[in-house]
Amino acid sequence: MRRLVPVVLFAVLAAVPFLPLGQEANFVLLLVSRVMVFGLAALSLDLLLGVGGMVSFGHAAYLAIGAYAVAVLDANDITDVGVVLAVAMGAAGVFALATGAIALRTRGVNFIMITLAFAQMVFFAFGALSAYGGDDGYSLAARNTVLGWPLLKGRGYYWACLAVLVVAYLLCRMLAASRFGRALRAVKQNPARAAAMGFNPVALQLVAMVVGAMLCSVAGVLLANGAEFVSPAYGTWQRSGDLLIMVILGGAGSLHGAIFGSAFVLLLEEGLGRATEHWRLVFGPLLVLCVIFFRGGLAGIGGRRG
Amino acid sequence: MAEALLAIAGLSKRYGALTVTHALDLEVVAGTIHAIIGPNGAGKSSLIHQICGTVRPDEGRIRFAGVDITRMAPHRRARLGLARSFQITSVLPEFSVLENVATAVQAQGGSAFRFCRAAAGDGVANEAAAHQLDRVGLLPRAGVVAGRLSHGEKRQLELAMALAARPRLLLLDEPLAGAGPEETARLVGLLREIRRDCAMLLVEHDMQAVFALADTITVLAQGRAIASGPPDAIRADPAVRAAYLGEAH
Repeated sequence: MRRLVPVVLFAVLAAVPFLPLGQEANFVLLLVSRVMVFGLAALSLDLLLGVGGMVSFGHAAYLAIGAYAVAVLDANDITDVGVVLAVAMGAAGVFALATGAIALRTRGVNFIMITLAFAQMVFFAFGALSAYGGDDGYSLAARNTVLGWPLLKGRGYYWACLAVLVVAYLLCRMLAASRFGRALRAVKQNPARAAAMGFNPVALQLVAMVVGAMLCSVAGVLLANGAEFVSPAYGTWQRSGDLLIMVILGGAGSLHGAIFGSAFVLLLEEGLGRATEHWRLVFGPLLVLCVIFFRGGLAGIGGRRG
Repeated sequence: MAEALLAIAGLSKRYGALTVTHALDLEVVAGTIHAIIGPNGAGKSSLIHQICGTVRPDEGRIRFAGVDITRMAPHRRARLGLARSFQITSVLPEFSVLENVATAVQAQGGSAFRFCRAAAGDGVANEAAAHQLDRVGLLPRAGVVAGRLSHGEKRQLELAMALAARPRLLLLDEPLAGAGPEETARLVGLLREIRRDCAMLLVEHDMQAVFALADTITVLAQGRAIASGPPDAIRADPAVRAAYLGEAH
Protein backbone atom coordinates (compact mmCIF):
# COMPACT_ATOMS: atom_id res chain seq x y z
CA MET A 1 0.00 0.00 0.00
CA ARG A 2 2.61 2.50 1.09
CA ARG A 3 4.53 1.93 -2.11
CA LEU A 4 1.57 3.32 -3.99
CA VAL A 5 1.70 6.71 -2.27
CA PRO A 6 4.17 8.30 -4.74
CA VAL A 7 2.24 6.84 -7.68
CA VAL A 8 -1.01 8.35 -6.40
CA LEU A 9 0.76 11.65 -5.74
CA PHE A 10 2.03 11.90 -9.32
CA ALA A 11 -1.33 10.73 -10.72
CA VAL A 12 -3.07 13.54 -8.83
CA LEU A 13 -0.54 16.06 -10.13
CA ALA A 14 -1.12 14.79 -13.67
CA ALA A 15 -4.90 15.05 -13.24
CA VAL A 16 -4.95 18.67 -12.05
CA PRO A 17 -4.95 20.26 -15.56
CA PHE A 18 -8.04 18.20 -16.48
CA LEU A 19 -10.12 19.34 -13.52
CA PRO A 20 -13.00 21.73 -14.30
CA LEU A 21 -11.39 24.71 -12.64
CA GLY A 22 -13.16 27.44 -14.63
CA GLN A 23 -11.76 30.89 -14.06
CA GLU A 24 -9.41 29.72 -11.36
CA ALA A 25 -7.56 27.38 -13.76
CA ASN A 26 -4.57 29.57 -14.46
CA PHE A 27 -4.13 30.45 -10.82
CA VAL A 28 -4.36 26.83 -9.65
CA LEU A 29 -1.97 25.55 -12.32
CA LEU A 30 0.53 28.24 -11.40
CA LEU A 31 0.27 27.39 -7.72
CA VAL A 32 0.65 23.66 -8.30
CA SER A 33 3.60 24.27 -10.67
CA ARG A 34 5.20 26.20 -7.83
CA VAL A 35 4.56 23.27 -5.47
CA MET A 36 6.28 20.97 -7.97
CA VAL A 37 9.28 23.25 -8.51
CA PHE A 38 9.85 23.66 -4.78
CA GLY A 39 9.10 19.97 -4.40
CA LEU A 40 11.99 19.33 -6.78
CA ALA A 41 14.27 21.63 -4.78
CA ALA A 42 13.22 19.98 -1.50
CA LEU A 43 13.67 16.52 -3.05
CA SER A 44 17.23 17.39 -3.99
CA LEU A 45 17.83 18.62 -0.43
CA ASP A 46 16.41 15.36 0.93
CA LEU A 47 19.18 13.53 -0.91
CA LEU A 48 21.65 15.47 1.24
CA LEU A 49 19.68 15.60 4.48
CA GLY A 50 17.56 12.48 4.60
CA VAL A 51 19.86 10.06 2.77
CA GLY A 52 23.28 11.58 3.42
CA GLY A 53 22.75 13.14 6.85
CA MET A 54 24.01 16.57 5.81
CA VAL A 55 22.02 19.50 7.21
CA SER A 56 22.76 21.99 4.44
CA PHE A 57 21.49 25.44 5.29
CA GLY A 58 22.49 26.89 1.94
CA HIS A 59 20.49 24.92 -0.55
CA ALA A 60 18.71 27.99 -1.96
CA ALA A 61 22.06 29.06 -3.43
CA TYR A 62 21.60 26.38 -6.09
CA LEU A 63 18.12 27.72 -6.89
CA ALA A 64 19.73 31.12 -7.44
CA ILE A 65 22.54 29.67 -9.52
CA GLY A 66 20.00 27.92 -11.78
CA ALA A 67 17.89 31.07 -12.07
CA TYR A 68 20.89 33.27 -12.88
CA ALA A 69 22.04 30.81 -15.54
CA VAL A 70 18.72 31.59 -17.26
CA ALA A 71 19.17 35.36 -16.79
CA VAL A 72 22.79 35.57 -17.92
CA LEU A 73 22.15 33.47 -21.03
CA ASP A 74 18.94 35.41 -21.74
CA ALA A 75 20.94 38.65 -21.76
CA ASN A 76 23.18 37.04 -24.36
CA ASP A 77 20.21 35.88 -26.46
CA ILE A 78 20.68 32.24 -25.63
CA THR A 79 17.32 30.70 -24.75
CA ASP A 80 17.68 27.02 -25.62
CA VAL A 81 16.78 25.04 -22.51
CA GLY A 82 19.43 22.42 -23.24
CA VAL A 83 22.20 24.99 -23.10
CA VAL A 84 20.65 26.65 -20.06
CA LEU A 85 20.38 23.38 -18.16
CA ALA A 86 23.95 22.41 -19.01
CA VAL A 87 25.26 25.76 -17.78
CA ALA A 88 23.07 25.76 -14.65
CA MET A 89 23.93 22.20 -13.64
CA GLY A 90 27.58 22.66 -14.47
CA ALA A 91 27.86 25.82 -12.40
CA ALA A 92 25.91 24.37 -9.47
CA GLY A 93 27.96 21.17 -9.57
CA VAL A 94 31.28 23.00 -9.58
CA PHE A 95 30.13 25.30 -6.78
CA ALA A 96 28.97 22.32 -4.70
CA LEU A 97 32.20 20.45 -5.33
CA ALA A 98 34.37 23.40 -4.23
CA THR A 99 32.32 24.48 -1.21
CA GLY A 100 31.40 20.92 -0.22
CA ALA A 101 35.04 19.87 -0.11
CA ILE A 102 35.58 22.59 2.50
CA ALA A 103 32.25 22.26 4.35
CA LEU A 104 32.61 18.48 4.74
CA ARG A 105 35.72 18.99 6.83
CA THR A 106 33.29 20.06 9.54
CA ARG A 107 30.32 18.42 11.24
CA GLY A 108 27.15 19.37 13.06
CA VAL A 109 26.54 23.05 13.73
CA ASN A 110 29.73 24.06 11.95
CA PHE A 111 28.57 22.35 8.78
CA ILE A 112 25.24 24.18 8.98
CA MET A 113 26.99 27.52 9.45
CA ILE A 114 29.53 27.04 6.70
CA THR A 115 26.91 26.03 4.12
CA LEU A 116 24.91 29.10 5.17
CA ALA A 117 27.98 31.29 4.74
CA PHE A 118 28.67 30.02 1.22
CA ALA A 119 25.02 30.57 0.27
CA GLN A 120 25.19 34.13 1.60
CA MET A 121 28.25 34.69 -0.59
CA VAL A 122 26.21 33.63 -3.62
CA PHE A 123 23.33 35.86 -2.54
CA PHE A 124 25.51 38.96 -2.26
CA ALA A 125 27.50 38.13 -5.40
CA PHE A 126 24.29 38.04 -7.48
CA GLY A 127 23.09 41.23 -5.79
CA ALA A 128 26.26 42.92 -6.96
CA LEU A 129 25.73 41.96 -10.62
CA SER A 130 24.62 45.39 -11.83
CA ALA A 131 24.51 44.19 -15.45
CA TYR A 132 21.65 41.91 -14.38
CA GLY A 133 19.74 44.40 -12.26
CA GLY A 134 21.64 44.02 -9.00
CA ASP A 135 19.27 43.76 -6.05
CA ASP A 136 16.30 44.75 -8.24
CA GLY A 137 16.60 41.67 -10.35
CA TYR A 138 16.31 41.04 -14.05
CA SER A 139 13.23 40.51 -16.24
CA LEU A 140 13.63 37.84 -18.90
CA ALA A 141 13.12 38.87 -22.53
CA ALA A 142 11.55 35.47 -23.17
CA ARG A 143 11.08 32.06 -21.64
CA ASN A 144 13.47 29.30 -22.62
CA THR A 145 12.76 27.29 -25.74
CA VAL A 146 13.03 23.58 -26.42
CA LEU A 147 14.81 23.06 -29.77
CA GLY A 148 13.44 26.40 -30.92
CA TRP A 149 9.86 25.72 -29.74
CA PRO A 150 8.34 27.90 -27.00
CA LEU A 151 7.11 24.88 -25.04
CA LEU A 152 7.47 26.34 -21.56
CA LYS A 153 4.37 28.52 -21.87
CA GLY A 154 0.90 27.99 -20.42
CA ARG A 155 0.17 24.33 -19.76
CA GLY A 156 3.47 23.36 -21.34
CA TYR A 157 5.18 24.82 -18.30
CA TYR A 158 3.04 22.75 -15.98
CA TRP A 159 3.82 19.53 -17.86
CA ALA A 160 7.52 20.38 -17.98
CA CYS A 161 7.57 20.83 -14.20
CA LEU A 162 5.76 17.53 -13.67
CA ALA A 163 8.00 15.63 -16.09
CA VAL A 164 11.19 16.96 -14.49
CA LEU A 165 9.86 16.19 -11.02
CA VAL A 166 8.99 12.59 -11.92
CA VAL A 167 12.37 11.99 -13.57
CA ALA A 168 14.21 13.57 -10.63
CA TYR A 169 12.19 11.51 -8.16
CA LEU A 170 12.95 8.26 -9.98
CA LEU A 171 16.61 9.21 -10.19
CA CYS A 172 16.78 9.91 -6.45
CA ARG A 173 14.96 6.65 -5.69
CA MET A 174 17.46 4.75 -7.81
CA LEU A 175 20.41 6.48 -6.16
CA ALA A 176 19.08 5.90 -2.65
CA ALA A 177 18.59 2.19 -3.29
CA SER A 178 21.91 1.69 -5.08
CA ARG A 179 25.16 0.60 -3.52
CA PHE A 180 26.13 4.27 -3.40
CA GLY A 181 22.90 5.11 -1.55
CA ARG A 182 23.35 2.30 0.93
CA ALA A 183 26.91 3.39 1.65
CA LEU A 184 25.70 6.97 2.03
CA ARG A 185 23.01 5.90 4.49
CA ALA A 186 25.65 3.95 6.40
CA VAL A 187 27.73 7.14 6.62
CA LYS A 188 24.67 9.05 7.83
CA GLN A 189 23.98 6.59 10.63
CA ASN A 190 27.53 6.06 11.80
CA PRO A 191 30.45 7.71 9.97
CA ALA A 192 33.14 6.05 12.09
CA ARG A 193 31.71 2.60 11.48
CA ALA A 194 31.27 3.29 7.77
CA ALA A 195 34.93 4.32 7.50
CA ALA A 196 36.01 1.22 9.45
CA MET A 197 34.07 -0.84 6.89
CA GLY A 198 36.06 0.71 4.07
CA PHE A 199 33.78 3.51 2.85
CA ASN A 200 35.17 6.99 2.28
CA PRO A 201 32.60 9.17 4.10
CA VAL A 202 33.71 12.50 2.64
CA ALA A 203 33.81 11.27 -0.96
CA LEU A 204 30.34 9.73 -0.68
CA GLN A 205 28.84 12.85 0.87
CA LEU A 206 30.56 15.11 -1.63
CA VAL A 207 29.09 13.20 -4.57
CA ALA A 208 25.64 13.44 -2.96
CA MET A 209 26.11 17.19 -2.52
CA VAL A 210 27.05 17.65 -6.18
CA VAL A 211 24.10 15.58 -7.44
CA GLY A 212 21.71 17.42 -5.09
CA ALA A 213 23.07 20.78 -6.21
CA MET A 214 22.66 19.93 -9.89
CA LEU A 215 19.07 18.80 -9.38
CA CYS A 216 18.26 21.92 -7.38
CA SER A 217 19.67 24.15 -10.10
CA VAL A 218 17.10 22.63 -12.47
CA ALA A 219 14.41 23.84 -10.06
CA GLY A 220 16.04 27.28 -10.27
CA VAL A 221 15.80 27.20 -14.07
CA LEU A 222 12.11 26.28 -13.88
CA LEU A 223 11.44 28.92 -11.24
CA ALA A 224 13.00 31.66 -13.37
CA ASN A 225 10.97 30.56 -16.39
CA GLY A 226 7.74 30.53 -14.42
CA ALA A 227 8.26 34.04 -13.09
CA GLU A 228 10.06 35.39 -16.18
CA PHE A 229 12.06 37.25 -13.59
CA VAL A 230 15.26 36.57 -11.64
CA SER A 231 16.54 38.25 -8.49
CA PRO A 232 18.97 37.51 -5.65
CA ALA A 233 15.91 36.85 -3.46
CA TYR A 234 15.87 33.33 -4.94
CA GLY A 235 18.88 32.59 -2.80
CA THR A 236 17.99 34.08 0.57
CA TRP A 237 18.74 32.13 3.72
CA GLN A 238 15.02 32.23 4.55
CA ARG A 239 14.40 30.23 1.40
CA SER A 240 17.06 27.71 2.44
CA GLY A 241 15.16 27.47 5.71
CA ASP A 242 11.86 26.93 3.88
CA LEU A 243 13.43 24.05 1.97
CA LEU A 244 14.66 22.46 5.21
CA ILE A 245 11.18 22.84 6.69
CA MET A 246 9.66 21.16 3.63
CA VAL A 247 12.02 18.19 3.89
CA ILE A 248 11.65 17.71 7.64
CA LEU A 249 7.89 18.25 7.60
CA GLY A 250 7.48 15.88 4.68
CA GLY A 251 9.62 13.19 6.28
CA ALA A 252 13.38 13.30 5.77
CA GLY A 253 14.73 10.37 3.80
CA SER A 254 11.41 9.38 2.26
CA LEU A 255 12.04 11.43 -0.94
CA HIS A 256 8.36 11.77 -1.95
CA GLY A 257 7.73 13.37 1.45
CA ALA A 258 9.67 16.42 0.23
CA ILE A 259 6.92 17.01 -2.34
CA PHE A 260 4.26 16.72 0.38
CA GLY A 261 6.26 19.17 2.45
CA SER A 262 6.42 21.62 -0.42
CA ALA A 263 2.66 21.33 -0.99
CA PHE A 264 1.91 21.73 2.69
CA VAL A 265 4.07 24.83 3.13
CA LEU A 266 3.05 26.59 -0.09
CA LEU A 267 -0.67 25.81 0.11
CA LEU A 268 -0.83 26.79 3.75
CA GLU A 269 1.03 29.99 2.96
CA GLU A 270 -1.49 30.70 0.21
CA GLY A 271 -4.55 29.80 2.27
CA LEU A 272 -3.50 31.49 5.50
CA GLY A 273 -2.11 34.43 3.54
CA ARG A 274 -5.60 35.11 2.20
CA ALA A 275 -7.12 35.08 5.66
CA THR A 276 -4.54 37.20 7.45
CA GLU A 277 -1.28 38.93 6.74
CA HIS A 278 0.03 37.50 10.03
CA TRP A 279 -0.21 33.99 8.64
CA ARG A 280 3.16 33.02 10.05
CA LEU A 281 1.64 33.32 13.54
CA VAL A 282 -0.55 30.33 12.69
CA PHE A 283 2.04 28.59 10.56
CA GLY A 284 4.66 28.47 13.33
CA PRO A 285 2.61 26.57 15.93
CA LEU A 286 1.28 24.23 13.21
CA LEU A 287 4.85 23.41 12.32
CA VAL A 288 5.70 22.65 15.94
CA LEU A 289 2.67 20.36 16.26
CA CYS A 290 3.59 18.52 13.06
CA VAL A 291 7.13 17.88 14.23
CA ILE A 292 5.89 16.64 17.62
CA PHE A 293 3.11 14.38 16.37
CA PHE A 294 4.38 13.17 13.01
CA ARG A 295 7.87 11.92 13.75
CA GLY A 296 8.26 10.38 10.30
CA GLY A 297 6.86 13.53 8.67
CA LEU A 298 3.82 13.66 6.41
CA ALA A 299 5.15 10.67 4.47
CA GLY A 300 5.24 8.65 7.69
CA ILE A 301 1.57 9.10 8.60
CA GLY A 302 -0.34 5.83 8.81
CA GLY A 303 2.59 3.55 9.47
CA ARG A 304 6.21 3.40 10.38
CA ARG A 305 8.92 3.30 7.81
CA GLY A 306 11.66 0.65 7.76
CA MET B 1 62.09 -14.29 8.65
CA ALA B 2 59.24 -12.71 6.76
CA GLU B 3 57.86 -9.40 7.97
CA ALA B 4 55.04 -9.61 10.50
CA LEU B 5 51.50 -8.80 9.32
CA LEU B 6 51.41 -5.75 11.55
CA ALA B 7 54.69 -4.11 12.53
CA ILE B 8 54.73 -1.10 14.81
CA ALA B 9 58.04 0.65 15.44
CA GLY B 10 58.84 3.52 17.78
CA LEU B 11 55.21 4.65 18.03
CA SER B 12 54.60 7.69 20.24
CA LYS B 13 51.55 9.82 20.95
CA ARG B 14 51.36 12.70 23.37
CA TYR B 15 48.48 14.89 24.49
CA GLY B 16 50.28 17.85 26.03
CA ALA B 17 52.25 16.50 28.99
CA LEU B 18 50.46 13.15 28.89
CA THR B 19 52.22 10.47 26.91
CA VAL B 20 49.70 7.76 25.99
CA THR B 21 52.01 5.79 23.73
CA HIS B 22 55.70 5.76 24.47
CA ALA B 23 58.17 4.51 21.81
CA LEU B 24 56.16 1.35 21.38
CA ASP B 25 57.33 -1.61 19.27
CA LEU B 26 54.83 -4.34 18.57
CA GLU B 27 54.29 -7.09 16.01
CA VAL B 28 51.36 -9.28 15.11
CA VAL B 29 52.29 -12.40 13.16
CA ALA B 30 49.79 -13.81 10.67
CA GLY B 31 47.60 -16.58 12.08
CA THR B 32 48.14 -15.65 15.72
CA ILE B 33 46.28 -13.82 18.46
CA HIS B 34 48.24 -11.05 20.11
CA ALA B 35 46.60 -9.78 23.29
CA ILE B 36 47.21 -6.41 24.88
CA ILE B 37 46.54 -6.10 28.57
CA GLY B 38 47.18 -3.37 31.07
CA PRO B 39 45.43 -1.28 33.69
CA ASN B 40 42.98 1.46 32.77
CA GLY B 41 44.75 4.38 31.18
CA ALA B 42 47.65 2.23 29.99
CA GLY B 43 47.09 3.40 26.42
CA LYS B 44 45.37 0.34 24.97
CA SER B 45 42.53 2.12 23.24
CA SER B 46 44.83 4.89 22.01
CA LEU B 47 46.96 2.23 20.38
CA ILE B 48 43.91 0.72 18.65
CA HIS B 49 42.91 4.18 17.43
CA GLN B 50 46.35 4.77 15.96
CA ILE B 51 46.33 1.42 14.18
CA CYS B 52 42.86 2.15 12.74
CA GLY B 53 43.82 5.64 11.70
CA THR B 54 41.33 7.58 13.82
CA VAL B 55 44.25 9.08 15.79
CA ARG B 56 47.54 10.22 14.21
CA PRO B 57 50.71 9.23 16.04
CA ASP B 58 53.38 11.87 16.71
CA GLU B 59 56.30 9.58 15.93
CA GLY B 60 56.96 6.10 14.68
CA ARG B 61 55.81 3.86 11.88
CA ILE B 62 52.97 1.43 11.40
CA ARG B 63 53.33 -1.12 8.63
CA PHE B 64 50.51 -3.45 7.66
CA ALA B 65 50.95 -6.30 5.16
CA GLY B 66 54.14 -4.68 3.94
CA VAL B 67 52.57 -1.24 3.40
CA ASP B 68 53.33 1.85 5.45
CA ILE B 69 49.91 2.91 6.76
CA THR B 70 51.08 5.49 9.32
CA ARG B 71 49.32 8.37 7.58
CA MET B 72 46.66 6.49 5.63
CA ALA B 73 42.94 7.35 6.01
CA PRO B 74 40.86 4.83 8.03
CA HIS B 75 38.73 3.68 5.09
CA ARG B 76 41.82 2.86 3.04
CA ARG B 77 43.30 0.81 5.88
CA ALA B 78 39.99 -1.06 6.04
CA ARG B 79 40.26 -1.87 2.36
CA LEU B 80 43.72 -3.31 2.93
CA GLY B 81 42.16 -5.87 5.26
CA LEU B 82 42.09 -4.22 8.66
CA ALA B 83 38.77 -4.72 10.46
CA ARG B 84 37.80 -3.67 13.94
CA SER B 85 35.20 -3.88 16.63
CA PHE B 86 34.61 -0.78 18.68
CA GLN B 87 34.90 -0.52 22.45
CA ILE B 88 31.46 1.03 22.54
CA THR B 89 29.29 -1.08 20.26
CA SER B 90 28.91 0.55 16.91
CA VAL B 91 26.45 -0.74 14.34
CA LEU B 92 24.19 0.89 11.75
CA PRO B 93 21.07 1.25 13.92
CA GLU B 94 18.51 1.94 11.15
CA PHE B 95 19.51 -1.01 8.97
CA SER B 96 18.37 -4.56 9.54
CA VAL B 97 20.90 -7.04 10.92
CA LEU B 98 21.32 -8.61 7.49
CA GLU B 99 21.75 -5.20 5.84
CA ASN B 100 24.46 -4.29 8.34
CA VAL B 101 26.53 -7.30 7.38
CA ALA B 102 25.70 -7.14 3.66
CA THR B 103 26.85 -3.52 3.64
CA ALA B 104 30.13 -4.60 5.21
CA VAL B 105 30.52 -7.24 2.46
CA GLN B 106 29.83 -4.61 -0.21
CA ALA B 107 32.25 -2.14 1.35
CA GLN B 108 35.06 -4.55 0.52
CA GLY B 109 33.80 -5.75 -2.84
CA GLY B 110 34.59 -3.06 -5.37
CA SER B 111 33.61 0.58 -5.62
CA ALA B 112 30.87 2.21 -3.57
CA PHE B 113 30.19 4.50 -6.53
CA ARG B 114 27.66 2.31 -8.30
CA PHE B 115 24.51 4.23 -8.86
CA CYS B 116 22.04 2.02 -10.70
CA ARG B 117 21.29 -1.46 -9.41
CA ALA B 118 19.55 -1.80 -6.05
CA ALA B 119 22.00 -2.77 -3.33
CA ALA B 120 19.43 -4.89 -1.49
CA GLY B 121 19.13 -7.20 -4.51
CA ASP B 122 22.80 -8.22 -4.37
CA GLY B 123 22.38 -11.97 -3.82
CA VAL B 124 26.09 -12.67 -3.39
CA ALA B 125 26.43 -10.09 -0.61
CA ASN B 126 23.26 -11.28 1.10
CA GLU B 127 24.44 -14.87 1.04
CA ALA B 128 27.86 -13.99 2.40
CA ALA B 129 26.17 -11.91 5.10
CA ALA B 130 23.85 -14.75 6.07
CA HIS B 131 26.85 -17.07 6.34
CA GLN B 132 28.62 -14.73 8.75
CA LEU B 133 25.45 -14.27 10.81
CA ASP B 134 25.11 -18.01 11.07
CA ARG B 135 28.69 -18.20 12.29
CA VAL B 136 28.11 -15.78 15.16
CA GLY B 137 24.68 -17.32 15.89
CA LEU B 138 22.62 -14.30 14.89
CA LEU B 139 20.96 -15.67 11.77
CA PRO B 140 17.50 -16.04 13.39
CA ARG B 141 17.58 -12.28 14.04
CA ALA B 142 18.58 -11.32 10.46
CA GLY B 143 15.42 -9.30 9.77
CA VAL B 144 15.46 -7.25 12.98
CA VAL B 145 16.41 -3.57 12.90
CA ALA B 146 19.88 -3.42 14.44
CA GLY B 147 18.98 -0.60 16.84
CA ARG B 148 16.55 -2.93 18.63
CA LEU B 149 19.09 -5.66 19.40
CA SER B 150 20.25 -6.37 22.94
CA HIS B 151 23.74 -5.29 23.90
CA GLY B 152 25.14 -8.80 23.55
CA GLU B 153 23.50 -9.26 20.16
CA LYS B 154 25.02 -5.99 18.95
CA ARG B 155 28.44 -7.33 19.95
CA GLN B 156 27.78 -10.47 17.91
CA LEU B 157 26.64 -8.32 14.99
CA GLU B 158 29.78 -6.20 15.14
CA LEU B 159 31.86 -9.34 14.99
CA ALA B 160 29.88 -10.60 12.00
CA MET B 161 30.39 -7.24 10.26
CA ALA B 162 34.12 -7.36 10.92
CA LEU B 163 34.35 -10.95 9.67
CA ALA B 164 32.26 -10.18 6.59
CA ALA B 165 35.08 -7.93 5.40
CA ARG B 166 37.32 -11.05 5.24
CA PRO B 167 40.03 -9.16 7.14
CA ARG B 168 43.66 -10.17 7.44
CA LEU B 169 43.82 -8.57 10.86
CA LEU B 170 40.99 -8.08 13.30
CA LEU B 171 41.31 -5.43 16.01
CA LEU B 172 39.07 -6.30 18.92
CA ASP B 173 38.62 -3.64 21.57
CA GLU B 174 37.18 -5.37 24.63
CA PRO B 175 34.88 -7.76 22.76
CA LEU B 176 33.83 -9.47 26.01
CA ALA B 177 32.97 -6.34 27.98
CA GLY B 178 29.50 -6.67 29.46
CA ALA B 179 29.04 -10.26 28.31
CA GLY B 180 27.68 -12.89 30.73
CA PRO B 181 29.58 -16.14 31.43
CA GLU B 182 27.63 -18.12 28.85
CA GLU B 183 28.11 -15.51 26.17
CA THR B 184 31.79 -15.21 27.02
CA ALA B 185 32.33 -18.95 26.58
CA ARG B 186 30.56 -18.79 23.24
CA LEU B 187 32.56 -15.81 22.02
CA VAL B 188 35.87 -17.34 23.13
CA GLY B 189 34.98 -20.45 21.16
CA LEU B 190 34.16 -18.32 18.14
CA LEU B 191 37.40 -16.33 18.34
CA ARG B 192 39.35 -19.54 18.57
CA GLU B 193 37.65 -20.74 15.41
CA ILE B 194 38.20 -17.45 13.57
CA ARG B 195 41.95 -17.34 14.21
CA ARG B 196 42.44 -19.85 11.39
CA ASP B 197 41.29 -17.17 8.94
CA CYS B 198 42.79 -14.02 10.35
CA ALA B 199 45.18 -12.68 12.91
CA MET B 200 43.85 -10.74 15.87
CA LEU B 201 44.96 -7.95 18.11
CA LEU B 202 42.88 -8.36 21.23
CA VAL B 203 42.42 -5.78 23.94
CA GLU B 204 40.57 -7.41 26.82
CA HIS B 205 40.18 -7.25 30.57
CA ASP B 206 38.94 -10.81 31.02
CA MET B 207 42.25 -12.49 31.98
CA GLN B 208 40.90 -16.00 31.75
CA ALA B 209 39.86 -15.42 28.17
CA VAL B 210 43.13 -13.66 27.32
CA PHE B 211 45.30 -16.47 28.66
CA ALA B 212 43.11 -19.05 26.96
CA LEU B 213 43.28 -17.39 23.56
CA ALA B 214 46.51 -15.45 23.13
CA ASP B 215 49.69 -16.72 21.50
CA THR B 216 51.52 -13.59 22.58
CA ILE B 217 50.68 -11.10 25.30
CA THR B 218 51.99 -7.58 25.61
CA VAL B 219 51.52 -5.74 28.87
CA LEU B 220 51.13 -1.99 28.63
CA ALA B 221 51.56 0.44 31.50
CA GLN B 222 51.59 4.20 31.04
CA GLY B 223 52.07 3.87 27.30
CA ARG B 224 55.09 1.56 27.53
CA ALA B 225 55.33 -2.16 26.84
CA ILE B 226 56.64 -3.48 30.16
CA ALA B 227 56.60 -7.09 29.04
CA SER B 228 55.88 -9.13 25.97
CA GLY B 229 55.91 -12.87 25.37
CA PRO B 230 53.97 -16.12 25.49
CA PRO B 231 51.26 -16.41 28.20
CA ASP B 232 53.32 -18.59 30.54
CA ALA B 233 56.21 -16.15 30.58
CA ILE B 234 53.87 -13.23 31.21
CA ARG B 235 52.14 -15.03 34.05
CA ALA B 236 55.50 -15.59 35.72
CA ASP B 237 56.90 -12.10 35.07
CA PRO B 238 57.36 -10.28 38.40
CA ALA B 239 57.05 -6.79 36.88
CA VAL B 240 53.73 -7.71 35.36
CA ARG B 241 52.45 -9.15 38.62
CA ALA B 242 53.35 -5.95 40.37
CA ALA B 243 51.87 -3.62 37.76
CA TYR B 244 48.72 -5.43 36.86
CA LEU B 245 47.85 -8.97 37.72
CA GLY B 246 48.24 -8.34 41.43
CA GLU B 247 45.67 -5.60 41.28
CA ALA B 248 43.16 -7.38 39.13
CA HIS B 249 43.04 -10.68 40.99
